[in-house]
Amino acid sequence: MKRVQFTNASLPYLLLLPQLAIIVIFFYWPSAQAIQSSFYLEDPFGFGSTFVGMENYTDVLGSNEYASIARFTIAFTLLVTFLSLSIALLLAVKADAVLKGSSTYKTLLMWVYAVAPPVAGLMGVMFFDMHIGPFLKVAAFFGWDFKIGLNYFDTAFAMVVIAVWKQIPYNFIFFLSGLQAIPKSVREASMIDCRSGFRRFWSIILPLLAPTAFFLLIINMTYSLFDTFGIVDVVVKDKAANNPITLVYKVYMDGFRGGDLGGSSAQSVILMLVVFVLTIFQFRFIERRVHYG
Amino acid sequence: MATITLDTVRKVYAGGVEAVKGVSIDIADGEFIVLVGPSGCGKSTLLRMIAGLEEISTGEIRIGEKVVNKVDPADRDIAMVFQNYALYPHMTVYNNLAYGLKNRGMAKDEIDRRVKEAARILEIGDYLDRKPRALSGGQRQRVAMGRAIVREPAAFLFDEPLSNLDAKLRVQMRVEIKRLQKSLKTTSVYVTHDQLEAMTLADRLVVLSGGNIEQIGAPIDVYDKPASTFVASFIGSPAMNLLKVRKGAAGLELETGSGLTAANPYGRDRYTLGVRPEHLSLVEAGVPAGALTLKATVNVLEPVGAESYLYASCGGTGQEIVIRVESHARFEPGQEITLTAQAKDVHFFDADTGRRVES
Ligand SMILES: Nc1ncnc2c1ncn2[C@@H]1O[C@H](COP(=O)(O)OP(=O)(O)OP(=O)(O)O)[C@@H](O)[C@H]1O
Ligand SMILES: [Mg+2]
Repeated sequence: MKRVQFTNASLPYLLLLPQLAIIVIFFYWPSAQAIQSSFYLEDPFGFGSTFVGMENYTDVLGSNEYASIARFTIAFTLLVTFLSLSIALLLAVKADAVLKGSSTYKTLLMWVYAVAPPVAGLMGVMFFDMHIGPFLKVAAFFGWDFKIGLNYFDTAFAMVVIAVWKQIPYNFIFFLSGLQAIPKSVREASMIDCRSGFRRFWSIILPLLAPTAFFLLIINMTYSLFDTFGIVDVVVKDKAANNPITLVYKVYMDGFRGGDLGGSSAQSVILMLVVFVLTIFQFRFIERRVHYG
Repeated sequence: MATITLDTVRKVYAGGVEAVKGVSIDIADGEFIVLVGPSGCGKSTLLRMIAGLEEISTGEIRIGEKVVNKVDPADRDIAMVFQNYALYPHMTVYNNLAYGLKNRGMAKDEIDRRVKEAARILEIGDYLDRKPRALSGGQRQRVAMGRAIVREPAAFLFDEPLSNLDAKLRVQMRVEIKRLQKSLKTTSVYVTHDQLEAMTLADRLVVLSGGNIEQIGAPIDVYDKPASTFVASFIGSPAMNLLKVRKGAAGLELETGSGLTAANPYGRDRYTLGVRPEHLSLVEAGVPAGALTLKATVNVLEPVGAESYLYASCGGTGQEIVIRVESHARFEPGQEITLTAQAKDVHFFDADTGRRVES
């Protein structure tokens, strides 16, 4: 790393200022607000608020509904992260075997990522649509009466599939460039040292991909927890009823639809803590096993 | 330990490049073979075909008695040392050495014994717990060697293993590789484009050019009797002087001018005549004129310490030649000199094909 010497001591801070301002205005300020309002019971019509202490928290944590949404969120996050990482890895390994450094193909594959996210979300919903969705016919063929938005499992299934589908190109590109960064001679040396391709993959390729995988793990967990908001919204179309939703979506439902700002704030604070703990965990326990070349 | 036999081996790459054009070599058990040639001549391709990293288009490769054309690299009983070492960056030195043995299901204590033994021979015992990135280039090179010798394979394959080292270390490792190979007596194929490395290491040299073998032979034989102008100019440093000559009134004369007198032993009309810088002497220094004499004009003197190289032109301005002279010799640019060489040191090549003429 190159060291830059600033002659003026305040210049680095000045350069950091815009970034710091953004963090403060869009992150710390709302966070502080959320923490504050999580201790109050807000009047839905804006006529003042009452201090209620920890009541919002005890309400949330005591609620059966919240517990079941939390369970779904965990399952959803793990499933989406696992599936989108493993499918993308599988595809990247296959693509890498064909590519062997041909940059034309690589550029073409990059386009998938550039195009996919908006299209994928829309396509996903159309794919499972009650009236025009082709998936229904496939499901019907296997005797599965697929009902998105009505059946809890079916809706969850569609959510997972769309969320995974949307995230695969992103992971794929990272895995592919990770794979292509492994020196050819290291692979060849391992071919001489180890006959089994499967074993080579586990003992050489995967460890060398670990930095990429670790980065993607964090990105994907965050994605599943928060960025799938749009997908959940498109799938359940505001009618949570007995459909599966994630914790983030519940924050939105309670705060903006239910008008319970206090409870919704308490939920956000809980989510913040979860992310905080998760990040510490990931860096302390998983990153240790990662080898950075 | 094993013999390696290449039988009219060809390699055509997917793009249609014919990198190796029907090469046959019989490598004896325990022999140190060096494949040498300029960049792009196909030496790595040939080595990689022996290793099984590159498919053989036609022909046959045998290691021992076994045809290995379709055999997996891991099952060929060879070990390879790569130019950039190709160490596993996430493994300690110990595990780098042990990896190939573990995968072959060897017992732990046997692995340990072999790794320790290799570490002792190569003096890398102190770094066994380090990762490759914490080693210097020379140390990595030793680890790469270690990874090959722990396997105790039938053959070692080296692809320019010393070219990433600095000059001093390169000489040191070169000596060490030679010593190691002599004590282990493992059949070795070594690729390099450095003719000095080739000369010093090889039991037999294989000089390649454009996918073909130009010459196979002991280094000294290749030096003494190069089979073609290509070999003549590739082996030996500075390169052999090559002069275009034709039949003259008496013997041979330069095509570009006067100044040369030489006999015409084979009676042909034209030749490329070759004489090494170290075989040209100055008549002025009291050396009696030999089979060849050549008048030349001094251009520059290049001292390299132990000796100096004198650049001069002959036949008008037609040709520049190099003469090896004693290190303290003094010459002025423009000075006229007369050079001579003994009959045994004058090489004749066909003027068109470049092949050696011996009859
Ligand atoms: N994978 C490949 N696909 C197509 N052509 C190739 C491939 N690998 C090598 N070649 C070509 O085959 C020829 C021989 O290559 P090779 O690597 O064997 O040369 P080399 O003698 O080892 O040269 P160097 O001293 O530069 O390493 C070259 O013309 C090269 O461009
Ligand atoms: Mg090469």
